[in-house]
Order: sequence, then C-alpha cells, then structure tokens
Amino acid sequence: MSPEFTSGIKSNQLIFEHSATGRTNGAQMVEDVASASEIPEGLLRKTPPMLPEVSEMDAVRHYTRLSQKNFSIDTQFYPLGSCTMKHNPRACNTLALLPGFLGRHPLAPERFGQGVMACLWELQEILKDVTGMTAVSLSPMAGAQGEFAGVAMIRAYHDANNTSGNKSERSEIICPDAAHGTNPATATMCGYKVREIPTNTDGDIDVEALKEVVGPQTAGIMLTNPSTLGVFDRRIKEIAQIVHDAGGLLYYDGANLNAILGKVKPGDMGFDVIHMNLHKTFSTPHGGGGPGAGPVGVSERLKPFMPIPVVGKDVVGKDEGSFRWLTETDLPQSIGRLSAHMGNTGVLIRAYVYALLLGREGMVRTADYATLNANYLMARLAQAGFDMALPSRRATHEFILTLKRQAKDQGVTAMDFATRLLDYGFHAPTTYFPLIVPECLLIEPTETESKETLDAFADVMKTIQEEADANPELLKDAPYTLPVRRLDDVKAARELNLKYSPAKD
Amino acid sequence: MPFIPHTKEDTQSMLDVIGAKSIEDLFDEIPVELRAKPLENVPAGRSEMAVNRLVRQRAAEDVQPLCFIGAGAYEHHIPAAVWELTTRGEFYTAYTPYQAEASQGTLQLLYEFQTMMAELTAMDVSNASLYDGASSLAEAVLMAVRANRKSKSKRILVPRTVHPTYLKVVKTITQHQGITLEMLDYDIDGGHLNIDTLPSEPGDFTALIIPQPNFFGVLEDVDALTDWAHAHGALVIGVVNPMAMALITPPGEWGTEEAGIKGADIVCGEGQPLGVPLSSGGPYFGFMCCAQKHVRQMPGRIIGATNDLDGKPGYTLTLQAREQHIRRSKATSNICTNQGLLTTAATIYMSLMGPEGLRRTAANSHANSCTLTKQLNAIDGVETIFSRPGFHEKVLRLNKPVKEVLSALEDRGILGGYDLSAEFPELGNALLVCVTETKTEEDLQHYASSLQEALQETLAEVSA
Repeated sequence: MSPEFTSGIKSNQLIFEHSATGRTNGAQMVEDVASASEIPEGLLRKTPPMLPEVSEMDAVRHYTRLSQKNFSIDTQFYPLGSCTMKHNPRACNTLALLPGFLGRHPLAPERFGQGVMACLWELQEILKDVTGMTAVSLSPMAGAQGEFAGVAMIRAYHDANNTSGNKSERSEIICPDAAHGTNPATATMCGYKVREIPTNTDGDIDVEALKEVVGPQTAGIMLTNPSTLGVFDRRIKEIAQIVHDAGGLLYYDGANLNAILGKVKPGDMGFDVIHMNLHKTFSTPHGGGGPGAGPVGVSERLKPFMPIPVVGKDVVGKDEGSFRWLTETDLPQSIGRLSAHMGNTGVLIRAYVYALLLGREGMVRTADYATLNANYLMARLAQAGFDMALPSRRATHEFILTLKRQAKDQGVTAMDFATRLLDYGFHAPTTYFPLIVPECLLIEPTETESKETLDAFADVMKTIQEEADANPELLKDAPYTLPVRRLDDVKAARELNLKYSPAKD
Repeated sequence: MPFIPHTKEDTQSMLDVIGAKSIEDLFDEIPVELRAKPLENVPAGRSEMAVNRLVRQRAAEDVQPLCFIGAGAYEHHIPAAVWELTTRGEFYTAYTPYQAEASQGTLQLLYEFQTMMAELTAMDVSNASLYDGASSLAEAVLMAVRANRKSKSKRILVPRTVHPTYLKVVKTITQHQGITLEMLDYDIDGGHLNIDTLPSEPGDFTALIIPQPNFFGVLEDVDALTDWAHAHGALVIGVVNPMAMALITPPGEWGTEEAGIKGADIVCGEGQPLGVPLSSGGPYFGFMCCAQKHVRQMPGRIIGATNDLDGKPGYTLTLQAREQHIRRSKATSNICTNQGLLTTAATIYMSLMGPEGLRRTAANSHANSCTLTKQLNAIDGVETIFSRPGFHEKVLRLNKPVKEVLSALEDRGILGGYDLSAEFPELGNALLVCVTETKTEEDLQHYASSLQEALQETLAEVSA
C-alpha cells in the first residue's frame, strides 16, 4: 500500500479537503434562530466563511492522524538545549482541567475564586524561595513577556529614582553575545539601545570588556547563568558588583533555572529581577509552541513596579486568610498590566501541582540529575570522538558540541546531523545557537531521561559519524523516514502560501 | 524520586564515566559562597495521591454560579472532542515546530488555523497566534506604526469603547515607543463611536482602532469609520470577537468602494470564544490577521506551505527573518513562545462547528441576549441604555448601585454581569450583561425574576 493512502483517505490532505458542502456535525447544532435577529441587514455577513464541513469522525480521524506526524516528549527523546524538554507529569494536566478551575470566569468575584487564588498564592511563595527574590508576579504569559516586564521595571525604577524629576538618561542595556535573541529584542521594545559584550574562550563573560562599556548610561545587564554556553559564570559576583557600582541593575533570564534549582538562588548572585519559564523548569507542556508562563521575581527595590495583578493574602482584619487581587490601587507604581486578566492561570496551576509533587528535596534532585545527565552524555560523546566547545568546563544542565571539524573535512553540518538524528527517532538538539559557536549542537537531556536513553543517543551519534565518514551525502538528504523529506524553506519564503485556497475547476 | 528514573547503580556508573566521585562534585565550579541554603518555604514533596486530594478540594471550593459576565471572556459550549484531541500527548508535549520535518502535525494544523482565521475575518493572511486579545491589540498598534510608512506622527486614535483593560495593556507594552494614544469619546445615545466626532481637520493619523462589537456589546458603524480612516491616511485596526464574525460583516469587507480601499488593514482579538474554556482567565490566545501587503510587518510565528526534496507538500515556519531569534534587537517583536495548544483547540473547534454551527452559535447567543434584555426591560428600575444593535451583550441602567444588586444576585446563584460604574461613571448604575447560547429559557427567567427580587431587596435595605 502506498504511504499516501491510509483508510482510503490521502494522508496529507487538509481538513478542508475532507469537506462536503452541506455536511454538518449535527450534535453541535443549536436551534436556528435567524429570525430573532435585531442586527440590521447592512451589518450581517453575506458570505459564510469557508470553514470545514465535516462529521465528528472526520475531524477526529484527521487530527488524530495529524498528531501522529509530530515528535513529542511522550514519544521521543528531545535533547533541545535551552528548552528543558522534560517529562510533563499527567497529574498536572488532570488537576488543571478540574471544572472548578476551568469554569471560573476571570471577572467572577474573588469569593468564587479562593481555591484557585490559594494555589497561585502558594506558587508565588514557592517561586520566591527558589529564586531568592522578595516578591513574585505571575502575570506574564511567556518568558519573553516576563523579560519585557523585567526590563520595563528596570526602566521604571531608574525613572522613579532620578533626582532631577525627569526621566532617567540611562539608555543602554548590556547583553552578552551568547544571549537568547529575546534579550536584545526585549531591550529594544523597552526603548533601550543594546550593547553587546563578548564571551571569553573559557565561556565566562569578558569582564574587562564589561568594564569598558559600563557607565552612567547603563540601565542594566541581561544575563543567563548558567549561560547559554552551558557553563556557570564563575565571576558573577564581580559582574554584579561592577554593574551595581555603575548604578545599573541585573536582569536574570531564567531559561536555564533547571540547572541550579535549590542549588543557587539568583537573588544571592546579586540579580534584581528574574523571569522564569515555567514551561521549562516547572514542566508545563510546550504544546507545540505555547502556552508558556513567565513569572517575574524582584528584589525589594523593584517590588513597587511589579506587573499586576498579584495575588495578595489578607493577614489581619475580618478577611484574614482570604486572598485578593492586588491591582493599581495597591501598586500605584506598577509597570501595568500585560494581559486582559491574570496571565496563563491554567499553566500556573500545572506548575503549582508539579512543585508540590517535587517538594523541596525534589527541586534539588532535579538540578542534581539534570546536571548528572548532561555531564554523562557529554563524557560519552567526547569518548565517541566528538569535539566539545568548552572541553575544560563542567557541563551544567546542557553542553555544546561543535561539528566545525566535520563541516570542514566532510562537508557535513550541524543541520545534517540534526536531521539524520530524526531518522533514528531522536529529536534534534538545538542547532546554531548560541550564535558564537560554529556548527554547534546545544544538548540538554534533562533529569527525566534514563541512562539507557542517553546511551542510545550517544550510540546513534557515533553511528551517524560513521555514516558521515563513509558517505557524507547520506546525511545531506536526511531525513528519510519522516512524513516529509527535507523542506524547501527558500520556496516557502519566496512564494508565500499562508492559507489554503480550493483549486479552481 | 518523582520523575527521575535513575537507579543507584545507574548513578554510580554514570559518575564513573564522568570521572566524578559524587553528583556534588559536578557543581564544583559554583563559588561556595553562592550555594543556597535549604529551601524553607517550599513544602516537602508529596505523593500524587496527596496532591490530588489537596488540589481537588481547592477546585471544589470554586463552584461557579450561573454566569452572565462577558466583558472579553465568553462561555460557549465546547464539543468534547476538542480537548480530548488537544491533550493528546503528540500535541500537548510537542515543542515549537522549529524542526519542521518532525513537526508536520502541528505545522499543518497551524496552516489550517491560519486559513480558518483568514476566512472568518475575510482578511488575506493570519499569523499562528499571539498571547491573548489584549496583548494582540498592543502588537497591532506597534505593527501599524511600522506598516504605515506615510505617517510620521505615531498617533493612534482609540475609541473609549475599546475594552478598558486592553487599553491598559496597550499602554504598558507600547509606552516606550513614543506612541500617542488619542482617546475618542463615544456617543452617549448609541454607545458607539459617532463618525461626526472624529477630527474634521486633515492631520497625520497612523491608525484608527475599531472594536467590533465594542466593549458595550454595541456594533460600531464600521463602514463609515473604515472609510474615514482610509480617507485620512490612517490604517484600520479591527479588534473583533471571532465568534461574532460568523454572523456580522467581517473586517475584510468593512468600508465602501468609494474610499478606494476596502477592508481593515490589521485585525486582532481574543480567540477564547473558539473552543477555550473560561479557565479563570487563561491560557487563551490572541490572533492577528492582516492585508497581504503588511505581512512582513506582522509579529509572531507564520506557517507557510512548501515542498520537500521529492516535491511532496509540507509546511514550515516562514518569514523568520522578522523574528527575535534571527533579527535580535531589530525584530518585529520579542515574542517567542505563543499559544500553540490553544490554537490547536480552536482549529479543532472550528472544524467540528463548521460555518453553520458557528453561525448558529453566534445567532443563538444574540437571540438569547435580545430575549433577556426584553424581559429585564419590563422590570421597574431597569432600562437599556444604548439604542444601537448589539451582539450578545447589553448595557442596562439600574435604579440601584450595581455592586449591591450583583451581591444580591450572587445569593441567588447568579453572576449578574460586569459592573461598569467605576470605569464609566457617566453612565450611572450601568451593568454589562452577557448571554450566550449556553443559557436556557429557564436560566433567562431565573435571571429576570432574581433581578426583580434583588432590586426590591436592595430597595428595602436602603429604606430600612
């Protein structure tokens, strides 16, 4: 049987191609009350939208089959560096989908939301402890929004503390060249100029270069520690000192928090503000690209500027022990609101359940085994003959392998290795990031993978190297076993086709 | 150890390969003085059984009364198949589809989503989602400033009938970009933006925001407003309820031919009505569509169809040169993660409803709203404020303070609506009431009789 055909239906059809005019899904039809309309003719829609007209079974089959064309943590090892693709425990999902949480209107009075608010308040407390910060706001809806909130708070702080009464003249945010792309993009959104500083060959920030760019124009620095190079910046205290001495603040990108959970607190390193990616460290699902959640933690001096709403708990008076939303009235200097309601509540509940399941010992163990797995896989791959970007350093929760030699000698690239891995049933590691390491694979196994899986991955990498030695062309045309072969990205961008149009007869 | 598979033997043999004595040794590059003290405010770990019991109790506390609140989040029936399919592990635990060959399921689904949203709004193209309705409007404002190259003023005209919280979010997100938000008052009789109140002098306007329906549930005079904007060189940003689009003129058809250009330029909004539960406020998803000519200024992920090496059709992320992971400080937005799982739900929802199911849901919600309004208007002390037609929300004026009335309704098992009196004091005791297709005739009668009682009760309290 041709792979194009399963159950008599072309497997690559779009839902629109299963459609037949006039076919309806009767179970979902409410009564037709067109005659009761008060809407004048001129405002009524004339032509119905071309949405699929399919039966429930058509839709169920189509989307079940589509799901099967995906790699996912539930089906594959996903060593994506910087993304922390760990197991998503099912209890988190089941409990977040309880009717009490799902059925609650966001504007329902607080007394009908004490259950969910208790969960969120406790999550704030847990995150405060883990990060070593004074207060936490859960409202940012993703890491990038948390970053925005963080840098906007830095700006608000400088403006509020400018003795002249005018807006602060601090105009620059410093980012290492290895930073996530969201860091400089965020600084721009907050109206700052970005100053890049280089990284030393040992992977730590070039402190001398930092000293040269820091000054009265410095609003702050955005750092990830462990860095995107998968190493812990050993001079972080000195960096904090330099930036603070210049009057700047330190922003912590929490993308790599998994490596130091319960081991080091960003607050102790001297950071003033931090965002966390709960869809990484706290194991909420990635969902094919979201939803995330990017809570921010702040030090005492940034507390007045936190994004609202925040969950507060009344400690005295007749409402003692009850929870309420802190808003503009409570935090008049807040940078404001980032979402229509309270951020991605359902994601926050999942993270809360995960935190309860781990507990304080589990958090430390997470960092322990994430680090053990990364160092083990790094050692196995080094034994197999691969070059590490920073061979003299410990891996944190992730590490970088460079295929520069293979690219030069055999003409095979990081992308070729990555796509060939797919044929062996492993998702590719992060490729070409950080940008400063040529032909790199950023590998993050996470703590939830077993030794057997890591061994299998190392063995496959060795096999692919042998394939590259024998026949580099084999890698160039990979993958061979997936629903599609390598896709033409240039055609996609040049001949933009962003929606389906039915073929004309 | 929860979620950690290692046996003692595994750990030992792994340490042997690394050449370390203990796991602790692997942290030896971290300066000792930075090592954290034990976490005191994190509770000790608990079994799934124990956590289950605690969290179920919490959820049980939050039993909800019959809900007539809308104001940007709407209760619609969601077919069971939507979340059954959406939470399949292959969708739920997949990563952002950067590795296209391993993500064809998500990518094809998003291509279908883009098609459906473009159809629903009658716009040329759609992106693959933003965070929520409010932040999508902020991104639309930033996009309009980039896209309207003829305008230098960065002046955005904003009717007061835009959702007040959306406006706050727009301010938060755009405040560092030198953008001016100029507020336009609404017509006190119609509850809409009256074309006669728009600036009559020629000027440099970057964009006009048109909410449809607006925050009061009222339908705006979209054709006249769109023509005005285009005649003044301003782009039109539509912020719309996607459910309403099944029933009323979509933004791609706003305006008349006389202005030379038809249709909104950018359309955004809250996607929640399309298969996403109320969920205490999130996760929802924002959507954004635009005219083809503006596509390169659109933020967020965009999926394109292409071919593979063998010429077989496939899907991939495209126009990535707009995005932060490529352009860094010059990106159109810092957005990275979006709301993939929610668009999965919305795509399946729209497939199961189809054009007729969606139209009927919208029409039914509208009809229910009309029916309830009629019943409530018959009550002494209740009147409809605005004369223009609406979708499924109506503003009522009560002869008692709204807060007290709502509290009395809560005692009768009803969340009676959204209190407008703080944000729109000029309307007096104004209440925004939403009805969707989920409410039965009995529900509507229950609301009407409860409101009547509530008004009498608060009256009795006042006189007592």
